[in-house]
Amino acid sequence: MATTTMTMAKALNEGLRRAMEKDAKVVLMGEDIGRLGGVFRITDGLQKDFGEDRVIDAPLAESAIVGTAVGLAIRGYRTVCEIQFDGFVYPAFDQIVSQVAKMHKRSDGVYTMGLVIRLPFQGGIGAIEHHSESPEVYFAQTAGLRVVSCATPNDAYWMIQQAVEHDDPIVFCEPKSRYWEKGEVDLDSPPRGLFDAVVRREGSDVTVVGYGSTVKTLLRAADTAAGEGTSLEVIDLRSVAPLDVDTLVRSVEKTGRLVIVQESPKTASIGSEIAAELTERCFYSMRAPALRVSGYHVPYPPSRIEDAYRPNVERILDAVDRVMGYES
Amino acid sequence: MIDEELVQLLSPEGERVSHPDYESTLSGDEVFGLYRDMAIIRRICNESTSLQRQGQLALWAPVQGQEAAQIGAGRALEPMDFAFPSYREHGVAWCRGVPPEDMLRLFRAVTTGGWDPQKYRYSVPTVVLGNQTLHAVGYAMGVQRDGAEEAVLTFFGDGASSQGDVLESFVWAASFNAPVVFFLQNNQWGISTPSSVQSKIPLYHRAHGFGFPGIRVDGNDVLAVYEVTKRSLESARVGGGPTLIEAYTYRIGAHTTSDDPTRYRIDAEVEVWKHRDPLERVKALLVREFKVKAAAFTDVAAEADAIALQLRDDVLAMGRPDPITMFDHVYADQHPLIDEGRREMIELGVSGGEH
Repeated sequence: MATTTMTMAKALNEGLRRAMEKDAKVVLMGEDIGRLGGVFRITDGLQKDFGEDRVIDAPLAESAIVGTAVGLAIRGYRTVCEIQFDGFVYPAFDQIVSQVAKMHKRSDGVYTMGLVIRLPFQGGIGAIEHHSESPEVYFAQTAGLRVVSCATPNDAYWMIQQAVEHDDPIVFCEPKSRYWEKGEVDLDSPPRGLFDAVVRREGSDVTVVGYGSTVKTLLRAADTAAGEGTSLEVIDLRSVAPLDVDTLVRSVEKTGRLVIVQESPKTASIGSEIAAELTERCFYSMRAPALRVSGYHVPYPPSRIEDAYRPNVERILDAVDRVMGYES
Repeated sequence: MIDEELVQLLSPEGERVSHPDYESTLSGDEVFGLYRDMAIIRRICNESTSLQRQGQLALWAPVQGQEAAQIGAGRALEPMDFAFPSYREHGVAWCRGVPPEDMLRLFRAVTTGGWDPQKYRYSVPTVVLGNQTLHAVGYAMGVQRDGAEEAVLTFFGDGASSQGDVLESFVWAASFNAPVVFFLQNNQWGISTPSSVQSKIPLYHRAHGFGFPGIRVDGNDVLAVYEVTKRSLESARVGGGPTLIEAYTYRIGAHTTSDDPTRYRIDAEVEVWKHRDPLERVKALLVREFKVKAAAFTDVAAEADAIALQLRDDVLAMGRPDPITMFDHVYADQHPLIDEGRREMIELGVSGGEH
């Protein structure tokens, strides 16, 4: 098994390179992705190697980046759109929701919208406003779209390739605060399907669920909890929509307790959906109500105080204590 | 509408008009063919309005007054070209070979599409204003990458011209020199909003600011629309880049069957435009110059009637779709929530069964 160590940013870069090598119809489009290599350098060197026709430096208009990708899809191309930051996706919202999500249906299956919308999301990099948001739920709620998020370099490398090959449109959420963290990447075979959740750490007392940036926070929380005698089972969702409900059910049937952790606000969130779904499916296994550890119902705060907004180990352990406290 | 820059080859009275850059070289048969197309689409439109009034359609968007703009543009397309409409381009759909009953499926509310867009090389209806112009540019960028000699034509109106997507599509088409022609039907009204509110300059002037040519054509003159569109498409096919065509025309009818134009515009204005009817001027030319006999027009009217009656039968035969079909083609690949919804609907007995 050929493995190598690289950052998530490099893994995405290598994954995109491999996707482009495999299929000449794959093109990349986004702002500053060519000569600059993207503001996060995810596409570094790709324009030099694949040319300006396949790595397209776009004029600065997000609706057009996605809207022209729809036209390219109709022509048989697979476009990977880079939206520079989460907070800049909204100009493209109309195209994503009204067109990308519905074209397959509207054409009675004739058009396939095999395009990927890459979205650096979540906070934690000390940025100014509009650079740290978690808009995934807007897309998760829209039929016709799929939403995934990678939490490790290995997943980044494989999930981006799987997303490019998939015939449905995929909003690909990248936890930008983890771009520079290193991990092992297996260059031979993908770890699992694109929409499968994974148990990152087995445990018996509480199931804790996260995606993107929060997975690592959960693993740290599990270490601390273990020292205090509580065993956490950490699930990396990977696919936000659709949810891998079976993996969640198996875990909650074992632990009987559920805490969902997310950077987005709590109301009508992915965590809300998981709590409702799991309550419906394994009510009699649950020993406590499902709890959500989330961002607050405020605009993403100035980054000097974002640490108080983003779920951290302390808040996660507090929720763990609360679900554990439901039994005498 | 005296406008020196308006390309017109046929006056409202049916007299030929000379133009320094454009000339109609169509034969009598070809001109008659355009007349036939316009007469048929007008008849289809009238039948559709009746069907809506009789409760058989949820809505209809009439095309009356814009037949020359749509038939002229539609017939200028080559078979391998691709067109992206909004929702009123029934005349273009006719030219692309879309069966009339398929045009009405959306308005019968039995589908959100209506036809196979790849088969006719004519995309699905787009109801959100201006979205399709970006699809056209993207498709044209694909044509470029394929090295194909094909052009893309996209339709929108004076109302949609204010949409960000349309203006972004202008930027992109210019920046990438995309083989796309923007066909703007300025029918003067965006429901109740006059085109003077959409733009303080003639709309075709906008193209110059984006770096490509803009042309205003008499949208009620099918000969002029045909020639201008044909040349713009030819230019796009050989690397000449985009063109904006503003077809200056008028929406004689309501915006849709849900609209009441008497609330916002005066009859006198409509009457003026009725004198500029796109069919009458071609008929006058055919009679005078090509000596077409009255019987030929009667035959076209009879043919149009037959098509309309067949359309009526076809529409009435469109029953309520099996509700289970709402789960078809939401995703290309298997999806758990689709499976769940399907299962629930079958259990509820709402559906006829597996689809």
